[in-house]
Amino acid sequence: MASVELKNIKKIYPFSGEDKKSKKKNKDAAPEKKVNLQITDEGVVAVQEFSLDIADKEFIVLVGPSGCGKSTTLRMVAGLEEITAGELYIDGKFMNDVAPKDRDIAMVFQNYALYPHMTVFENMAFSLKLQKVDKKEIERRVREAAEILDITDYLERKPKALSGGQRQRVAIGRAIVRDPKVMLMDEPLSNLDAKLRNEMRAEIIKLRQRINTTFIYVTHDQTEAMTLGDRIVIMKDGFIQQIGTPQDVFNHPANLFVAGFIGMPVMNFFDAELIREGDKFFVELDGEKVELAPDKEERLAKRNVQSQTVTLGVRPEHTAIADKGIEAVIDVAEMMGSSVHLHVTAAGRDVIIIVPTADASVDYRIGDRVHFTFGGRVAHIFSKETDRNLEFD
Amino acid sequence: MSSVPSAQKAAPAKKNKIRLFGREYQTNEVLVSILFIVPTLAFMVFTFILPVIDVVELSFTNFNLKTRTLNYIKLDNYKYLLGEEDFWKSLLNTVKYSAMKLTLDTALALFLAVLLDKNIKGKKFFRSSFFAPVVVPMVASSLIWIWFYDPNVGPFNQILGWLGLPGSQWLYHESSALWSILLFSLWKGVGYNVILFLSGLQNIPDSYTEAAKLDGASEWKLFWKVKFPLLRPITSFVIMMGIINSFKVFAEFNVMTPDGGPLGSTKLIVSYIYELAFTNGRMGRACACALMLFALIFVLTQFQSLVGAHKTVDID
Repeated sequence: MASVELKNIKKIYPFSGEDKKSKKKNKDAAPEKKVNLQITDEGVVAVQEFSLDIADKEFIVLVGPSGCGKSTTLRMVAGLEEITAGELYIDGKFMNDVAPKDRDIAMVFQNYALYPHMTVFENMAFSLKLQKVDKKEIERRVREAAEILDITDYLERKPKALSGGQRQRVAIGRAIVRDPKVMLMDEPLSNLDAKLRNEMRAEIIKLRQRINTTFIYVTHDQTEAMTLGDRIVIMKDGFIQQIGTPQDVFNHPANLFVAGFIGMPVMNFFDAELIREGDKFFVELDGEKVELAPDKEERLAKRNVQSQTVTLGVRPEHTAIADKGIEAVIDVAEMMGSSVHLHVTAAGRDVIIIVPTADASVDYRIGDRVHFTFGGRVAHIFSKETDRNLEFD
Repeated sequence: MSSVPSAQKAAPAKKNKIRLFGREYQTNEVLVSILFIVPTLAFMVFTFILPVIDVVELSFTNFNLKTRTLNYIKLDNYKYLLGEEDFWKSLLNTVKYSAMKLTLDTALALFLAVLLDKNIKGKKFFRSSFFAPVVVPMVASSLIWIWFYDPNVGPFNQILGWLGLPGSQWLYHESSALWSILLFSLWKGVGYNVILFLSGLQNIPDSYTEAAKLDGASEWKLFWKVKFPLLRPITSFVIMMGIINSFKVFAEFNVMTPDGGPLGSTKLIVSYIYELAFTNGRMGRACACALMLFALIFVLTQFQSLVGAHKTVDID
């Protein structure tokens, strides 16, 4: 149980000797074209300007696509990666140079990392034995953790004799048995199948209520992030894109990347016109003019946003089939049970419209023409130049 | 009516099939398979199976290469060997050498592999340096080491002299000859085991090391509690091959101390077999001795595999 503070954390992987040599050769031949901005003269930049205050007992989820720096950040907190620049504090103590074993943290790995030559009991007891905890106390704590995770029957088995789900429970058990200040989880559910992943997600929510510690959880799965986190940190190319509660990042995405990353199916984007008439703001798409909600208008007016061409974002679940509105041609109709996902072409873009099956006829055919509309409360307005949400920029 | 033609059609199909070990095969397939197997099988029979049978048979005879006599003498060769001082001395030398070689070679190889597994400067150079002696021909390197060990002009005694220490007789004294060859064998062979251990260490996923570090393991505990147990399959292989190779050792001993060394101190069991067969011409006794060596190696390796079998580890 502890707070964690990361101040301007930076991670650069320096070039190896061979990289430097090849770079030198290239320099002589032709100037290197830096397509990827993360490659600098110092090396490959994995994490940049990462600042985050994590409160005691908070559940923070770092989420983003592969290579965004989320696992590197977690490993820096664990002490498994050196921090190139910036400061890390756990419970107010400066931790940059403290060895992993002295940080009082536990970590659950994606591939479980259970010692294959030890039984489940020995795996869970290993850290306590190293701390020279009394044998009876080890027995008590391991059995208690096993009880919580429902793995008591497997204590004498070797990891090889367990299923993926059971192994992940043991890995979690090994972490909680130490009663750590901070629990780190690096994509713990990624190796499990979809059904087991859902079950384990629910288990982690329950576990969190029972063990009451600070969690930092890394995932690339936005559903996990939304369901588990008190706050979510969305990352891309080593930079934080947005920090907020799940509801916050869903309702008020800070930029196009967040808008596209959070939410399933992904948000629809259109080229549209933002029109300001006094303190009123309208968005015009394909001849349809929709007035934005008053709170949105207020924020745009406050930032003195003027009429301009923008990127309009509307989530598929916030569109509605109507008699009038933006015209669309159906490309594919996916029957999902409770709803139909219509993949349509509208205003020159591929768009998804979700139609609840309870509300309307579900007899959609490829090539049919439909009309859809959306409300001013669910329209997200992004700058064409900066990709940022104009309400919050 | 309709069943008659189909039965007639089925009959020739059955003709082309042959039944072997409870399964049916196409005759053509079987013939082709035999053709492929025959060369290898013939090679095996003439170069391995027949000689082995011959050795077993000869061990019960008094076959002499010089006199060309051959009579069946039942177990007399075995009885002779068990009562022969030279046999026991060479066996004891072999056991002493093997025990020391196995222990030192395994421990040293493991130690060097652990060092090479770290991010040290010049890692590639050291790795090549340790492995280089393995690829040098045994006789060539033995001859070079004879010069190293020369009490008058060899560099080893010169170095000892510079350090103010008395020189050694190395290969020319019964107390030091066996250990001198052992030192050479370690230099010659350790690199091979270093590579085996190093590959084992590099095969251990980083996540085990990281998990152990987070669990609070020091470098020492990390090695003994996590890495070493995970190296068991390799350690087991190294020990088994070590037993086989050290009991069969011959070339370096024959080159460095051709007559069994001072007072027979470097005469090992294979040298003894060689002496029986080709110096004395007593092929029958040599075959009996070779079979006894085989039995000893077989028992030791079986024991080792029994001890090591339940300790094998599957790394995910």
